[in-house]
Amino acid sequence: MQRNEITWQAGGQQGEGLESLGAILASVLSRQGYYLYGFRQFSSRIKGGHTNYKIRIATQPVGTLNKQCDLLLALDQDTLVNEALAVGENGIILAEKAIADFYTGKGKLLAVPFNDIAKQYGTILQKNIVALGCTAAIFGLGEDCCAVQLQKEFGKKGEEAVAANLRVFKAGMEFVKTEAPELLAEKQLPALISNEPKLFLLGNEALAFGALSAGARFMAAYPITPASEVMEYMVKKVKELGGQMLQAEDEIAACTMAIGASYGGARAFTATSGPGLSLMAEAIGLAAMTETPLVIIHSQRGGPSTGLPTKHEQSDLFAAIYNTHGDTAKIVLSPSTIEEAFCDTFEAFNLAEEYQCPVIVLSDLQLSLATQTMPVPEYEELVIRRGKIAHSESLAAIKTPEYFARYSLAADDGISTRVLPGTPNGICLGTGLEHDESGRPSEAKLMRRQQTEKRLKKMQTFLAHYKKALFVDAPYEEADILLIGMTATRSCLAETAEVLRQEGKKVNHVQIRLLAPFPANEIMPYLQKSKKIVVVEHNATAQLAHLLRMQVEGCPHLESILQYDGDIMYPEELLVRCKEVL
Amino acid sequence: MSVLQDFRNNVKPNWCPGCGDYAVLAALQQAAVKLGLEPHQLAVVCGIGCSGRLSGYVYAYGMHTTHGRALPFAQGLKLANPELNVIACGGDGDGMAIGLGHTYHAIRRNVNLTYILMDNHVYGLTKGQTSPRSDWGFKTKTTPTGNIETPVATLEMALSAGASFVAQGFSTQLQELTDLIVAAVKHPGFSLVNVFSPCVTFNKVNTYDWFKERLVGIDSIEDYDRYDKGKVLQHILEHEGLLTGLLYEDRKKRSYEEVSGLANNNQMQSVRKFTKAEFNKLVEDFR
Repeated sequence: MQRNEITWQAGGQQGEGLESLGAILASVLSRQGYYLYGFRQFSSRIKGGHTNYKIRIATQPVGTLNKQCDLLLALDQDTLVNEALAVGENGIILAEKAIADFYTGKGKLLAVPFNDIAKQYGTILQKNIVALGCTAAIFGLGEDCCAVQLQKEFGKKGEEAVAANLRVFKAGMEFVKTEAPELLAEKQLPALISNEPKLFLLGNEALAFGALSAGARFMAAYPITPASEVMEYMVKKVKELGGQMLQAEDEIAACTMAIGASYGGARAFTATSGPGLSLMAEAIGLAAMTETPLVIIHSQRGGPSTGLPTKHEQSDLFAAIYNTHGDTAKIVLSPSTIEEAFCDTFEAFNLAEEYQCPVIVLSDLQLSLATQTMPVPEYEELVIRRGKIAHSESLAAIKTPEYFARYSLAADDGISTRVLPGTPNGICLGTGLEHDESGRPSEAKLMRRQQTEKRLKKMQTFLAHYKKALFVDAPYEEADILLIGMTATRSCLAETAEVLRQEGKKVNHVQIRLLAPFPANEIMPYLQKSKKIVVVEHNATAQLAHLLRMQVEGCPHLESILQYDGDIMYPEELLVRCKEVL
Repeated sequence: MSVLQDFRNNVKPNWCPGCGDYAVLAALQQAAVKLGLEPHQLAVVCGIGCSGRLSGYVYAYGMHTTHGRALPFAQGLKLANPELNVIACGGDGDGMAIGLGHTYHAIRRNVNLTYILMDNHVYGLTKGQTSPRSDWGFKTKTTPTGNIETPVATLEMALSAGASFVAQGFSTQLQELTDLIVAAVKHPGFSLVNVFSPCVTFNKVNTYDWFKERLVGIDSIEDYDRYDKGKVLQHILEHEGLLTGLLYEDRKKRSYEEVSGLANNNQMQSVRKFTKAEFNKLVEDFR
């Protein structure tokens, strides 16, 4: 399936408006009806340092970037030295005039005095809007659709600001019209086939919106890249809904506050990255031992320790599953598309309450920080389930020294009934110590075995019921190769599989959406149906491959394709590495 | 109407005979009765240590959390469940060592709950190590030649954090302690009640007698003004923190719930799906 698409990229120094340029362009194109995938690369600093924003513009859904670059705007030298390498003979580069000489490639170069034009019609800060104008000219985008977006973007700053930006925008368009008319509409946007209503948002916004839709009204969090946007979205929305987003003093406080709020009957959560998860380990154990619902959105970045705060990695797999000491019963979901980011987070709150345990929604930097098109979620499909909660009407009258059996061993599924504090006739205790059915500390050997088995039984019950453990695209009964991945590599693997199939290879693809408890039985048939199995992941120690070997009895031989340089994976490169395996 | 018996759960505390914490437990139970609470309207959230076991000895909703983290839990609980009366408890290890940061930030935040800190100047449950409240020179297994770190100044710390209610009690003064807890729960903000609660087993220096000889009730101080922070600080410094009573109160400071707007609009308990209209409006943000 040939994709009808075009790729745009802009590179420059941080603090020069590149993010804004990309955001405005993406909004314009999204409104037109295009499917977009945008990804920005940046450093851990505020101003200065190189940044670039790449947008893939297509007429069908796209879920990753590739190495193509059809139109590149180079506002700094780094762009001409690095990103420009991806521009082929048919590509166009618009380079800042002052540095244009640094380009030595084969693409069509047009030197544009972005800085000068900006200063002439506005201020130097608006050079990104000049770039927008040039882009519009080359894409054949009408002035009107961009004007609407500029109004939206700068309207808050007043009419004069909007007018100034329009002037600068038009100047950019004019420059191309007069200096390089042959480039006008040279990179025509592909023709749209359909225009169904679409959304365009950041992965973190999808995660946050999922939480909000699930009824989450308390979030305690500490800012950390690449999760901060979750708390930023929540703080804007939750107050008028009668909730609170509280920026805690640290991640330990954040996680523990969420547990307290959840114990109290609210739907509560936190969001963090690797370093934060390490801090939260003890608190997660408290939630597991007291059987209190807890949702943690964990967006992975380069580790270990402070690692690479703004770079992509998938190396917290083991930490997410195992960093809490003791036999901890917890659920770890790994959404692999932006739709799943929304619905898995929504579902996480249901699972946390039904199974009374911690649920980690394991995202990664690519999924969290890419901006992409998403269909409008189906409202009818959203169902809130709170699990076993007893309200006073159903509780027998009790008084001291009788307690409500919060940790009753009676149920076969391992799930006892919760009661929210404040409920008459529901008094019970909770403790991080091992306990009896009333929640009183207990060291008795039999009770210890029974409570341990109860907690672990809940996970078995969950695994038996959960239907979304895997994404499967496995049409072949006898495949040449099975590609396995998790979270954001989904589309990269899918596009690579597509190319290999076009070349006559039988390729199956499984993306694992549930990491704990591990769906061993469900994945086994696919492992058996393939001559070669390749586990593709962004870490150096092949954590997902290890997990498969550990969890799947009789697991066949697995090959690994690992990437741990901080960059996302490109289908072109994965294709080469897959062929080496085949 | 509840009576004292309603808050007793027949669980024998595993505290040593003579432990100061028995009095704190009794005072808390008596205070609950005086406040007219029913047991289910009370939640006791504790940390780790001998004092942390208290939540298991009161008949009320009780939660025994992690070391130093009772206050974050208690704040989350109170914000989610504003109708509940939340009392957090712990010892001086829990609140002044590992939990010191959370204590300070909880005071700053001023969520409407009460924190009873049982201060015995030692780590009891781990068998007698120095605590951040131990006196200079205090000898234990981990400081055999004497403590060489300045004790945390609880009261001054609380005042510097903007505390709106600071009280201090002593285990043998049960009536006063009960009244302080009643006042603390009634206070619309974060209330700190530090209690000298001697450890008879591991602290042979700061004993009941030691405290009796030194503690000064603020009623015996002429013109004591609990609303004047500067003067209160002066008294604290003069008496090296060995005062009892309701030491400081700020009646103007508004609670976190009030300032944040939660006091007027808290819907955390009503977990529900969005209406179609609400959902569509939120979806519009992403078009």
